[in-house]
Amino acid sequence: MTILYFSWVRTEIGQESETTPPPPEVTTLGQLRDWLASLGPGHAKALGPGSPVRAAVNHEIALPDHPVTPEDEVAFFPLFSGG
Amino acid sequence: MIRIGPEAFDLEVESARLTAGRTDIGALATFVGLVRDETGGLLSLTLEHYPGMAERHLAAIEAEARRRWRILDLVVVHRVGRLVPGEPIVFVGVVAAHRAEAFAACEFLMDWLKTQAPFWKFEERVEGGRWIDPRPEDEGRAERWDKSSGAAAPVPARGDAPDPL
Repeated sequence: MTILYFSWVRTEIGQESETTPPPPEVTTLGQLRDWLASLGPGHAKALGPGSPVRAAVNHEIALPDHPVTPEDEVAFFPLFSGG
Repeated sequence: MIRIGPEAFDLEVESARLTAGRTDIGALATFVGLVRDETGGLLSLTLEHYPGMAERHLAAIEAEARRRWRILDLVVVHRVGRLVPGEPIVFVGVVAAHRAEAFAACEFLMDWLKTQAPFWKFEERVEGGRWIDPRPEDEGRAERWDKSSGAAAPVPARGDAPDPL
């Protein structure tokens, strides 16, 4: 699984992508977020409960019950502010 | 056509490319967004994007504009990287037979790309740096188009849905 971070999610966590692969029991986006939030204080701040973070699975915005598999590209980021 | 990259763009060149060799165009509407320093303390604005997803979602917004209006051609250029006050960030150009379509599509493209394409801004100020939150009025401007589309449209995935996680 490729896990990417953008904007303040990236700067809070201090890395652009996750190097640790999730355990096999992580099968949904919500479970993935909870597991990632447990990896350290930066992870907890960016991805923990109450953080206004959004996510995409394979470039499409996805909800917590969306399945995730080892082949997926998952990204976490804040609301968009381009233009 | 969608283009994302650090390179500066030239308004004249982009506009000329849209109209080159055609005589069926009655209207060319363009918009340029610039790095604005309202208080005198802005050093730079850094535009970040999600490569792959940004191109895909801008292409979806382009397709939606072409579905809604009779557009002859359009171009969106979005810069990324570190920009200083006064520099251009984004160019939108639309050509159509008539001005109403060109104006409307140009405004729609800007309103939607601000809320539905994965770009983020980091502001470097004399007193420090911060990531910029979207302005609530930008969301309101984007939502206006949901009500004015006529037929129900397949809406590109949104980055601003209430608490998807």
